[in-house]
Amino acid sequence: MLQETDPPTPQPTTGPETPGAVRAATAPPEFVLRWADNALIHSQRLGEWTGHGPVLEEDIALANIALDHLGQARMLLSHAGRLMDPPQTEDDLAYFRDAAAFRNFTALELPNSGVHAARGAQGDYAFTIVRHALYSAYMLAVWERLLAGPDANLAQIAGKAIKETRYHWRHASDWLVKLGDGTEPSHQRMQMALEQFMPYTNEWFALDALDLAFLSRHVTSDCRAHSARSAGDAAPDHAHFSRPDQCHIAAAADFRQPLEALAGGLRAQWLALLEPVLAESTLTWPSPSALLTCGRYGRHGEHLSVLLAELQSVARAHPGAQW
Amino acid sequence: MSSDAPVAHSTLAAVDTALLEAVCAIPDPEIPVITLGDLGVVRGLSRRDAHVEVQITPTYCGCPATEMIRSEVLQTLHALGETSAQVRIVLSPAWSSTWISEDGRQKLRAYGIAPPGPSCGGTSIRWMDRRARSAGHDESGLRCPRCDSGEVERLSEFGSTPCKALYRCLACREPFDFFKTL
Repeated sequence: MLQETDPPTPQPTTGPETPGAVRAATAPPEFVLRWADNALIHSQRLGEWTGHGPVLEEDIALANIALDHLGQARMLLSHAGRLMDPPQTEDDLAYFRDAAAFRNFTALELPNSGVHAARGAQGDYAFTIVRHALYSAYMLAVWERLLAGPDANLAQIAGKAIKETRYHWRHASDWLVKLGDGTEPSHQRMQMALEQFMPYTNEWFALDALDLAFLSRHVTSDCRAHSARSAGDAAPDHAHFSRPDQCHIAAAADFRQPLEALAGGLRAQWLALLEPVLAESTLTWPSPSALLTCGRYGRHGEHLSVLLAELQSVARAHPGAQW
Repeated sequence: MSSDAPVAHSTLAAVDTALLEAVCAIPDPEIPVITLGDLGVVRGLSRRDAHVEVQITPTYCGCPATEMIRSEVLQTLHALGETSAQVRIVLSPAWSSTWISEDGRQKLRAYGIAPPGPSCGGTSIRWMDRRARSAGHDESGLRCPRCDSGEVERLSEFGSTPCKALYRCLACREPFDFFKTL
């Protein structure tokens, strides 16, 4: 699969940066936080089912999967924190950042009750399973690329996480089929959940220079220079990423083709996993949507701050406490 | 592969070999019938003058026992007179359930936990076809740790801990945990 997105035989070089050069590199905290925050926020949402699962086995399953996510989040947050200047701990980052500093996909902060439900409504298992399945399939593709990518630390974490994510995908895909090809009401709820959720996945494939640098082995000199600059910044340069008029920057000419190839490869791998399962579940792939959310650039909807208010409440009430 | 697992004793001084053996003998906090050595989570020991460092590797990313293992290792080292000691977590190579020793597997079985299967291979886990799974056949090839019957069914993908799944034997009707292959 990776062969489709990689350029042919990139050669290591000891000279100045050249296009296509392959070299060990350290991803800046900005990039690491994306995957850390995805894991943390999804963990929180899954954990909200504890004590409320539809059956006991699912209560346990989601709690355990949430714990896997939390472990991944801790490793990634600790790693990101060590790269910062001054260094931060995993707790600093989890408990004392405000919503705008979080880099997770908007899709993962949506409440378990779905997109249109009232605040505090009961969780919808169909929506939860759809998100869990689509995200697990996506992360299998991402972990593979991080494993093969130029950052050795991320490769180590990916090496552990990918094995756990395979079990997550197995669980989620089983339920997609059970509920999709289930009863008439369960099928309808699953189809509705899929239609509601799918637009939020567009963000997952709107890639940028950092993705190009660290999710693939194709690196251009501009791309590497940008990452090097971010790594040295105490406050990463957000200008590229969060201009109000254009959340996702139009790629510079020499980025466009490799970016499209990377996004295309990622999406193809995702679809290859999903499509057979959706077919078996008798669900229909929704028509495309133009929605493009910007959670990974710190522009979140109304749900994240509510989630963080609960997650951060104890630590913020007793800053510096140890237990 | 289990060749990643063994810790080299030959290059250590006698006192450090003894330390390493003591650390490897620490019981796992969650499943006390097996030791850290049986689990293959102790990766090595190194020393610089009076300072000793033990490297351990976590099983699952979110395993809550990792913190407890860390503190038990430190306690053991302090009890053996090492006043300057440290535990370092290493992530690579990623821990695999194939690193569990044969002795460890026997102990798991005796305790009532079916031990994990052979390696999942480098990066792929082969899943049994969904229909066959729901028809009650199980892909793990595992046998009931009590009566050794191969007629088992999976009740829950996730059991008493994230690393285990819950099964039931259809012959003796007893439930049992399965230490999942990772």
